[in-house]
Amino acid sequence: MIIVKKKPIEEIIEEVRDFGRILILGCNECVTVCEAGGKKEVEILASALRMYFIARGNEKVIEEKTLERQCDHEYLEEIRKNIDDYDAIVSLACGVGVQFTAEKYLTTPLIPGVNTVCLGANEDRGLWTERCQACGSCILARTGGICPVSRCAKRVMNGPCGGSTNGKCEISKDVDCAWQLIVDRLKALNKLDDYEKLAPVKDWSTDRAGGPRTVTREDVKI
Amino acid sequence: MRLKIPANFRIIRVPCTGKVDLIHILRAFEKGADGVYVVGCMEGDCHYNEGNFRARKRIEQAAKILDKVGVGGERVKMYNLSSGEGPLFAQYSIEMDAKIKELGPSPIRVAKQKQKKDAA
Repeated sequence: MIIVKKKPIEEIIEEVRDFGRILILGCNECVTVCEAGGKKEVEILASALRMYFIARGNEKVIEEKTLERQCDHEYLEEIRKNIDDYDAIVSLACGVGVQFTAEKYLTTPLIPGVNTVCLGANEDRGLWTERCQACGSCILARTGGICPVSRCAKRVMNGPCGGSTNGKCEISKDVDCAWQLIVDRLKALNKLDDYEKLAPVKDWSTDRAGGPRTVTREDVKI
Repeated sequence: MRLKIPANFRIIRVPCTGKVDLIHILRAFEKGADGVYVVGCMEGDCHYNEGNFRARKRIEQAAKILDKVGVGGERVKMYNLSSGEGPLFAQYSIEMDAKIKELGPSPIRVAKQKQKKDAA
Protein backbone atom coordinates (compact mmCIF):
# COMPACT_ATOMS: atom_id res chain seq x y z
CA MET A 1 0.00 0.00 0.00
CA ILE A 2 0.96 3.66 -0.20
CA ILE A 3 2.55 4.73 3.07
CA VAL A 4 1.97 8.25 4.30
CA LYS A 5 2.91 10.21 7.37
CA LYS A 6 0.79 12.84 9.08
CA LYS A 7 1.96 16.39 8.61
CA PRO A 8 2.59 18.31 11.84
CA ILE A 9 -0.62 20.01 12.91
CA GLU A 10 1.15 23.40 13.08
CA GLU A 11 1.89 23.18 9.37
CA ILE A 12 -1.77 22.50 8.56
CA ILE A 13 -2.91 25.33 10.85
CA GLU A 14 -0.67 27.75 8.94
CA GLU A 15 -2.07 26.60 5.61
CA VAL A 16 -5.75 26.89 6.57
CA ARG A 17 -5.51 30.06 8.64
CA ASP A 18 -7.01 32.29 5.95
CA PHE A 19 -9.97 30.11 5.08
CA GLY A 20 -13.34 30.24 6.82
CA ARG A 21 -15.04 27.06 5.67
CA ILE A 22 -12.86 23.99 5.46
CA LEU A 23 -13.53 20.38 4.52
CA ILE A 24 -11.24 17.70 5.93
CA LEU A 25 -11.34 14.95 3.36
CA GLY A 26 -10.14 11.46 4.24
CA CYS A 27 -9.63 8.37 2.14
CA ASN A 28 -10.72 4.86 3.01
CA GLU A 29 -7.85 3.03 1.37
CA CYS A 30 -4.10 2.91 2.07
CA VAL A 31 -4.03 5.98 4.32
CA THR A 32 -6.67 4.41 6.56
CA VAL A 33 -4.58 1.26 6.93
CA CYS A 34 -1.45 3.23 7.79
CA GLU A 35 -3.46 5.23 10.33
CA ALA A 36 -2.79 8.67 8.93
CA GLY A 37 -5.69 9.71 6.73
CA GLY A 38 -8.79 7.63 7.41
CA LYS A 39 -12.06 8.51 9.10
CA LYS A 40 -10.49 8.48 12.57
CA GLU A 41 -7.66 10.80 11.60
CA VAL A 42 -10.13 13.11 9.84
CA GLU A 43 -12.14 13.37 13.08
CA ILE A 44 -9.01 14.03 15.13
CA LEU A 45 -7.62 16.69 12.80
CA ALA A 46 -11.01 18.40 12.46
CA SER A 47 -11.47 18.44 16.22
CA ALA A 48 -7.97 19.80 16.82
CA LEU A 49 -8.39 22.55 14.22
CA ARG A 50 -11.79 23.54 15.59
CA MET A 51 -10.33 23.81 19.08
CA TYR A 52 -7.35 25.80 17.88
CA PHE A 53 -9.48 28.41 16.15
CA ILE A 54 -12.24 28.57 18.80
CA ALA A 55 -9.63 29.16 21.51
CA ARG A 56 -8.41 32.16 19.50
CA GLY A 57 -11.90 33.58 18.99
CA ASN A 58 -11.77 32.81 15.29
CA GLU A 59 -14.31 30.02 14.90
CA LYS A 60 -14.35 28.34 11.51
CA VAL A 61 -16.69 25.90 9.83
CA ILE A 62 -14.69 22.68 9.72
CA GLU A 63 -16.49 19.66 8.34
CA GLU A 64 -15.47 16.05 7.86
CA LYS A 65 -15.92 13.56 5.07
CA THR A 66 -14.14 10.35 4.17
CA LEU A 67 -14.43 8.96 0.67
CA GLU A 68 -13.99 5.36 -0.37
CA ARG A 69 -11.09 6.50 -2.57
CA GLN A 70 -9.77 9.84 -3.74
CA CYS A 71 -8.09 8.35 -6.80
CA ASP A 72 -11.34 7.47 -8.58
CA HIS A 73 -13.82 9.73 -10.36
CA GLU A 74 -16.92 8.05 -9.03
CA TYR A 75 -16.11 8.57 -5.34
CA LEU A 76 -14.82 12.10 -5.83
CA GLU A 77 -18.14 12.99 -7.45
CA GLU A 78 -19.78 12.49 -4.04
CA ILE A 79 -18.58 15.91 -2.88
CA ARG A 80 -19.49 17.81 -6.06
CA LYS A 81 -22.86 19.00 -4.79
CA ASN A 82 -21.31 20.47 -1.60
CA ILE A 83 -18.01 21.68 -2.99
CA ASP A 84 -19.13 25.33 -3.06
CA ASP A 85 -19.78 25.20 0.69
CA TYR A 86 -16.05 25.22 1.34
CA ASP A 87 -13.24 27.72 0.85
CA ALA A 88 -10.58 25.00 1.01
CA ILE A 89 -10.13 21.25 1.31
CA VAL A 90 -7.52 19.56 3.48
CA SER A 91 -7.01 16.16 1.90
CA LEU A 92 -5.57 13.38 4.01
CA ALA A 93 -5.14 11.12 0.98
CA CYS A 94 -1.78 10.29 -0.58
CA GLY A 95 -0.29 12.61 -3.21
CA VAL A 96 -2.36 10.84 -5.86
CA GLY A 97 -5.64 11.55 -4.09
CA VAL A 98 -4.73 15.17 -3.38
CA GLN A 99 -3.86 15.82 -7.02
CA PHE A 100 -6.86 14.01 -8.41
CA THR A 101 -9.16 15.99 -6.13
CA ALA A 102 -7.43 19.22 -7.17
CA GLU A 103 -7.80 18.37 -10.85
CA LYS A 104 -11.49 17.73 -10.38
CA TYR A 105 -12.33 20.83 -8.36
CA LEU A 106 -10.33 23.51 -10.09
CA THR A 107 -11.48 26.51 -8.09
CA THR A 108 -11.16 25.07 -4.58
CA PRO A 109 -7.72 25.34 -2.95
CA LEU A 110 -6.40 21.97 -1.82
CA ILE A 111 -4.04 21.43 1.07
CA PRO A 112 -2.30 18.11 1.69
CA GLY A 113 -2.60 16.90 5.27
CA VAL A 114 -0.06 14.09 4.96
CA ASN A 115 3.37 13.49 3.44
CA THR A 116 3.39 10.57 1.02
CA VAL A 117 6.41 8.43 1.82
CA CYS A 118 6.61 5.20 -0.14
CA LEU A 119 5.05 1.92 -1.24
CA GLY A 120 5.45 -0.39 1.70
CA ALA A 121 4.12 -2.93 4.11
CA ASN A 122 2.94 -2.89 7.70
CA GLU A 123 5.88 -4.79 9.16
CA ASP A 124 4.84 -4.44 12.77
CA ARG A 125 2.41 -2.41 14.88
CA GLY A 126 3.41 1.19 14.20
CA LEU A 127 6.13 0.25 11.71
CA TRP A 128 5.82 0.64 7.95
CA THR A 129 8.70 -0.16 5.66
CA GLU A 130 9.41 0.35 1.99
CA ARG A 131 9.11 -2.60 -0.37
CA CYS A 132 8.65 -1.22 -3.88
CA GLN A 133 9.72 1.80 -5.90
CA ALA A 134 7.42 1.16 -8.84
CA CYS A 135 10.34 0.87 -11.27
CA GLY A 136 8.01 -0.54 -13.89
CA SER A 137 9.82 -3.80 -14.69
CA CYS A 138 9.76 -6.30 -11.87
CA ILE A 139 12.76 -8.55 -11.31
CA LEU A 140 11.57 -10.22 -8.10
CA ALA A 141 11.42 -13.63 -9.81
CA ARG A 142 15.21 -13.57 -10.10
CA THR A 143 15.99 -12.13 -6.69
CA GLY A 144 14.17 -14.53 -4.40
CA GLY A 145 11.23 -12.17 -3.97
CA ILE A 146 13.38 -9.47 -2.37
CA CYS A 147 13.72 -6.22 -4.25
CA PRO A 148 17.21 -4.76 -4.69
CA VAL A 149 15.73 -1.63 -6.29
CA SER A 150 13.80 -0.54 -3.21
CA ARG A 151 15.78 -2.24 -0.47
CA CYS A 152 19.39 -1.79 -1.57
CA ALA A 153 20.61 1.78 -1.05
CA LYS A 154 22.67 1.55 -4.24
CA ARG A 155 20.07 -0.35 -6.27
CA VAL A 156 22.82 -2.88 -7.04
CA MET A 157 21.68 -5.55 -9.48
CA ASN A 158 24.51 -8.01 -8.78
CA GLY A 159 25.21 -7.63 -5.11
CA PRO A 160 26.15 -7.40 -2.40
CA CYS A 161 28.60 -4.54 -2.59
CA GLY A 162 31.60 -4.12 -0.31
CA GLY A 163 29.54 -2.20 2.23
CA SER A 164 27.65 -5.26 3.43
CA THR A 165 28.72 -6.30 6.94
CA ASN A 166 27.09 -9.01 9.03
CA GLY A 167 23.94 -8.75 6.95
CA LYS A 168 23.62 -5.00 7.43
CA CYS A 169 24.05 -2.13 5.00
CA GLU A 170 26.83 0.40 5.40
CA ILE A 171 24.34 3.29 5.48
CA SER A 172 23.02 2.17 8.87
CA LYS A 173 23.32 -0.78 11.17
CA ASP A 174 19.50 -0.88 11.30
CA VAL A 175 19.14 -1.43 7.56
CA ASP A 176 19.31 -4.99 6.29
CA CYS A 177 21.55 -5.63 3.31
CA ALA A 178 19.05 -6.51 0.58
CA TRP A 179 21.57 -8.78 -1.10
CA GLN A 180 22.20 -10.69 2.11
CA LEU A 181 18.44 -11.24 2.31
CA ILE A 182 18.40 -12.33 -1.35
CA VAL A 183 21.22 -14.84 -0.81
CA ASP A 184 19.52 -16.19 2.34
CA ARG A 185 16.22 -16.58 0.52
CA LEU A 186 17.78 -18.23 -2.54
CA LYS A 187 19.52 -20.63 -0.17
CA ALA A 188 16.21 -21.45 1.50
CA LEU A 189 14.65 -22.02 -1.92
CA ASN A 190 17.57 -24.24 -2.89
CA LYS A 191 18.18 -21.97 -5.84
CA LEU A 192 21.62 -20.64 -5.00
CA ASP A 193 22.74 -21.54 -8.52
CA ASP A 194 20.58 -18.63 -9.71
CA TYR A 195 22.77 -16.28 -7.70
CA GLU A 196 25.68 -17.17 -9.97
CA LYS A 197 23.82 -15.88 -13.04
CA LEU A 198 24.71 -12.30 -13.88
CA ALA A 199 21.71 -10.02 -14.01
CA PRO A 200 21.42 -8.23 -17.37
CA VAL A 201 21.48 -4.43 -17.50
CA LYS A 202 18.13 -3.31 -16.12
CA ASP A 203 15.75 -1.45 -18.37
CA TRP A 204 15.28 1.82 -16.50
CA SER A 205 13.16 3.39 -19.23
CA THR A 206 10.09 2.17 -17.34
CA ASP A 207 11.26 3.94 -14.20
CA ARG A 208 10.56 7.59 -13.35
CA ALA A 209 13.46 8.76 -15.57
CA GLY A 210 11.23 8.43 -18.64
CA GLY A 211 8.83 11.08 -17.30
CA PRO A 212 5.34 10.50 -15.87
CA ARG A 213 4.14 7.00 -16.62
CA THR A 214 0.78 5.81 -17.81
CA VAL A 215 -0.87 2.43 -18.22
CA THR A 216 -3.27 2.16 -21.12
CA ARG A 217 -5.44 -0.92 -21.46
CA GLU A 218 -7.39 -1.00 -24.68
CA ASP A 219 -9.02 -4.28 -23.58
CA VAL A 220 -10.83 -2.65 -20.68
CA LYS A 221 -11.57 0.71 -22.27
CA ILE A 222 -15.19 1.37 -23.17
CA MET B 1 -16.81 2.99 52.05
CA ARG B 2 -18.73 6.22 51.41
CA LEU B 3 -15.66 8.18 50.38
CA LYS B 4 -15.95 11.82 49.47
CA ILE B 5 -15.00 12.72 45.92
CA PRO B 6 -15.43 16.01 44.05
CA ALA B 7 -18.88 16.32 42.47
CA ASN B 8 -17.75 18.36 39.47
CA PHE B 9 -16.79 15.55 37.12
CA ARG B 10 -18.75 13.04 35.18
CA ILE B 11 -17.89 9.36 35.17
CA ILE B 12 -18.18 7.64 31.81
CA ARG B 13 -17.98 3.90 32.16
CA VAL B 14 -16.22 1.87 29.50
CA PRO B 15 -15.67 -1.91 29.38
CA CYS B 16 -11.91 -1.35 29.26
CA THR B 17 -9.74 1.76 28.92
CA GLY B 18 -8.66 0.27 25.58
CA LYS B 19 -12.11 1.37 24.36
CA VAL B 20 -11.22 5.03 24.94
CA ASP B 21 -10.16 6.53 21.65
CA LEU B 22 -8.27 9.73 21.02
CA ILE B 23 -11.32 11.36 19.50
CA HIS B 24 -13.40 10.71 22.66
CA ILE B 25 -10.90 12.73 24.68
CA LEU B 26 -10.67 15.52 22.09
CA ARG B 27 -14.45 15.75 21.82
CA ALA B 28 -14.75 16.19 25.56
CA PHE B 29 -12.43 19.20 25.34
CA GLU B 30 -14.20 20.49 22.26
CA LYS B 31 -17.43 20.45 24.22
CA GLY B 32 -15.82 22.50 26.95
CA ALA B 33 -14.42 20.02 29.47
CA ASP B 34 -11.64 21.49 31.61
CA GLY B 35 -9.87 18.19 32.09
CA VAL B 36 -10.15 14.49 31.34
CA TYR B 37 -8.65 11.64 33.28
CA VAL B 38 -8.75 8.02 32.40
CA VAL B 39 -8.59 5.42 35.15
CA GLY B 40 -7.53 1.98 34.04
CA CYS B 41 -6.40 -1.27 35.60
CA MET B 42 -2.85 -1.75 36.75
CA GLU B 43 -0.42 -2.17 33.89
CA GLY B 44 0.04 -5.85 33.22
CA ASP B 45 -3.34 -6.69 34.75
CA CYS B 46 -5.53 -5.90 31.75
CA HIS B 47 -8.11 -8.58 30.98
CA TYR B 48 -7.66 -7.73 27.32
CA ASN B 49 -3.87 -7.83 27.79
CA GLU B 50 -3.02 -4.42 26.37
CA GLY B 51 -6.15 -2.27 26.73
CA ASN B 52 -4.61 0.04 29.31
CA PHE B 53 -1.37 0.31 27.33
CA ARG B 54 -3.37 1.43 24.31
CA ALA B 55 -5.16 3.97 26.52
CA ARG B 56 -1.84 5.30 27.82
CA LYS B 57 -0.58 5.84 24.27
CA ARG B 58 -3.78 7.64 23.32
CA ILE B 59 -3.59 9.87 26.37
CA GLU B 60 -0.04 10.79 25.34
CA GLN B 61 -1.24 11.56 21.82
CA ALA B 62 -4.13 13.64 23.18
CA ALA B 63 -1.75 15.61 25.42
CA LYS B 64 0.48 16.40 22.44
CA ILE B 65 -2.44 17.60 20.33
CA LEU B 66 -3.89 19.65 23.19
CA ASP B 67 -0.52 21.32 23.67
CA LYS B 68 -0.36 22.21 20.00
CA VAL B 69 -3.86 23.69 19.83
CA GLY B 70 -3.30 25.78 22.95
CA VAL B 71 -5.57 23.90 25.36
CA GLY B 72 -2.72 22.36 27.34
CA GLY B 73 -1.62 18.75 27.50
CA GLU B 74 -1.50 18.79 31.30
CA ARG B 75 -5.32 18.75 31.35
CA VAL B 76 -5.39 15.08 30.43
CA LYS B 77 -3.97 12.29 32.58
CA MET B 78 -4.01 8.54 32.96
CA TYR B 79 -4.19 6.78 36.30
CA ASN B 80 -3.91 3.09 37.06
CA LEU B 81 -5.40 1.24 40.01
CA SER B 82 -6.95 -2.10 40.80
CA SER B 83 -10.71 -2.49 41.20
CA GLY B 84 -10.30 -2.94 44.96
CA GLU B 85 -8.70 0.44 45.46
CA GLY B 86 -11.66 2.74 46.07
CA PRO B 87 -9.71 5.11 48.34
CA LEU B 88 -7.07 5.52 45.64
CA PHE B 89 -9.78 6.38 43.11
CA ALA B 90 -11.05 9.05 45.50
CA GLN B 91 -7.51 10.34 45.99
CA TYR B 92 -6.87 10.55 42.23
CA SER B 93 -10.18 12.36 41.73
CA ILE B 94 -9.26 14.92 44.38
CA GLU B 95 -5.77 15.27 42.89
CA MET B 96 -7.11 15.82 39.38
CA ASP B 97 -9.77 18.24 40.63
CA ALA B 98 -7.12 20.30 42.42
CA LYS B 99 -4.87 20.30 39.40
CA ILE B 100 -7.61 21.45 37.03
CA LYS B 101 -8.72 24.16 39.47
CA GLU B 102 -5.15 25.37 39.56
CA LEU B 103 -5.03 25.46 35.75
CA GLY B 104 -8.35 27.30 35.56
CA PRO B 105 -11.05 26.88 32.92
CA SER B 106 -10.16 25.51 29.51
CA PRO B 107 -9.58 28.18 26.82
CA ILE B 108 -12.29 26.48 24.75
CA ARG B 109 -14.87 26.98 27.50
CA VAL B 110 -13.78 30.58 28.02
CA ALA B 111 -14.04 31.29 24.28
CA LYS B 112 -17.46 29.61 24.05
CA GLN B 113 -18.81 31.59 26.99
CA LYS B 114 -17.50 34.79 25.44
CA GLN B 115 -19.21 33.88 22.18
CA LYS B 116 -22.51 33.36 24.00
CA LYS B 117 -22.15 36.64 25.83
CA ASP B 118 -21.37 38.51 22.63
CA ALA B 119 -24.35 36.95 20.90
CA ALA B 120 -26.72 37.88 23.75
